[in-house]
Parts: sequence; C-alpha cells; structure tokens
Amino acid sequence: MNGPILWYAARSTGIVSLLLLTGTVLLGVLGPLRVGSPAWPRFALAGLHRNISLLTLAVLGVHAATVVVDSYVPFRPVDAFVPFLGAYQPLWTGLGVAAFDVLIALVVTSLLRQRINLRLWRSLHWLAYLCWPLSLIHALGGGTDAAGSWPLLLGVLCALAVLAAVIWRIAARRRLAGRVV
Amino acid sequence: MSRRGTGPRLAVNPITCLAHGMCAELLPEYVKLDEWGYPILNGDPLPPDLVAHAKRAVADCPTLALRLDPTS
Ligand code: SF4
Repeated sequence: MNGPILWYAARSTGIVSLLLLTGTVLLGVLGPLRVGSPAWPRFALAGLHRNISLLTLAVLGVHAATVVVDSYVPFRPVDAFVPFLGAYQPLWTGLGVAAFDVLIALVVTSLLRQRINLRLWRSLHWLAYLCWPLSLIHALGGGTDAAGSWPLLLGVLCALAVLAAVIWRIAARRRLAGRVV
Repeated sequence: MSRRGTGPRLAVNPITCLAHGMCAELLPEYVKLDEWGYPILNGDPLPPDLVAHAKRAVADCPTLALRLDPTS
C-alpha cells in the first residue's frame, strides 16, 4: 500500500504518542512527590499514569504498523522491534524502535509488578528516563515535520515540561533528605 | 465496629511503606493516616464488600508494602 493517507497517519500517530508519552513521564516523575488534591487524589493520578502509558503503547502500535504497511518506506515488521536493522533512516528510526522496545518492557513489568521482585521492577523503571529522550530525538531527527515550526515547538515544550518536573523532583528529594522520593 | 467480617486482614510492612498514602485514599474505611502520612490500619477481618477495595489498595501501593493476610 502506498499513498499520503498512510504517511499522514504515521506522522500524526507519532506526534500524538510523543505527547502521550510526555504525559506519562510527567505523571510518573511527579507521582512520588505526593502531589494530589481532593479532586485529583494520588490513586487517580497513578491510574492516569498507567492508562496513558497503555494508550501510548496502543497509538505507537498504530504508528509502527502504518510505517510497515506503507510500501513507500522499506520498513519490515521485524524492523519495528529490532532497532537499527531497517534501511530507512537507520539511526533516527532505530532510536524510535529502541524506545518502543524499552516502553514494552516497562509496561509488561509494571503489569506484572505484583508478581516480580519490586527492586527489579524499580530498577527497570528508571529506563523510562532513557525511553523518553530516545523518543524525542527520534521525533525531532526522523520526523519529516520536525523542521516545521509547530512540531519543533511541541518538542521543545515537551522537553521543558519534563525538565521542570525532574528539577522539581530533585529539589523535593533534597528537602526530604533521607526519605526516598 | 459493627461491621465485623470474616475476610482477610490488612497488614503493612513498616520498613517498605513510604507513606504514599494511596491506601488511605482507596480504603478510608480501614486505613487512616498518622500525622506523618503513615497508615494506621484497622486490623479486623474485612467485611466481604470491602475485600475488592482492599485488593485494589494492595495492588496500587507504590512500594507493595500493604498486604492482605488470610484470617486463620
Ligand atoms: S499506599 Fe503503601 S506506601 Fe503508601 S501509605 Fe499505604 S502502605 Fe504505605
């Protein structure tokens, strides 16, 4: 199959999943800071973190599938899971595929959290800090829209938001020195 | 307590609990928080209608410090 529809679909699902992933990361970074209010209790924020991450994975599935189906780019199903294998923009695409793999690992271990060792889950979950920048670089480097002004602006805003959240978390950890946050 | 049950009892591991307080939001009937945010549990057996909520609280505890012990 070929045609602009698939390409539009690939681009839009890519942008949407970057936004969703950023939302997941923001909720994840801020979760342990015990933010919450009567209207937005912590368990609701934690549930949102989980559900948005699942939604991200679903939209990413569509994102990868559209690129596989689009015969304009040489991208095989296996290329969607094994990074740096494909012929199409191997570096930029590979970064995105690596992030996809990490996200799958994060979601699967989180769904099994009660059955696996909590330490293992926690150490794996730090990989989120790898997954998100990989996705951002993949989007900015590989995205055919990235040179345009608004997708670039969106990427910068996502980066600033996550940076602010991380700084907030580090500052909070200093304040609560000794308590793990 | 008038609502005595025969279900499992809540227990918390005080070492791993980090006072996230999620359990008190999900099961206020049986969990109160002290002034530091650590849970004070009602250790009575849970009535049947609260067991599902208790399971959710156990599953959602960020450090898996909360557990349900069967009543022997
Ligand atoms: S949810 Fe878990 S960590 Fe938080 S107060 Fe309850 S038992 Fe402790």
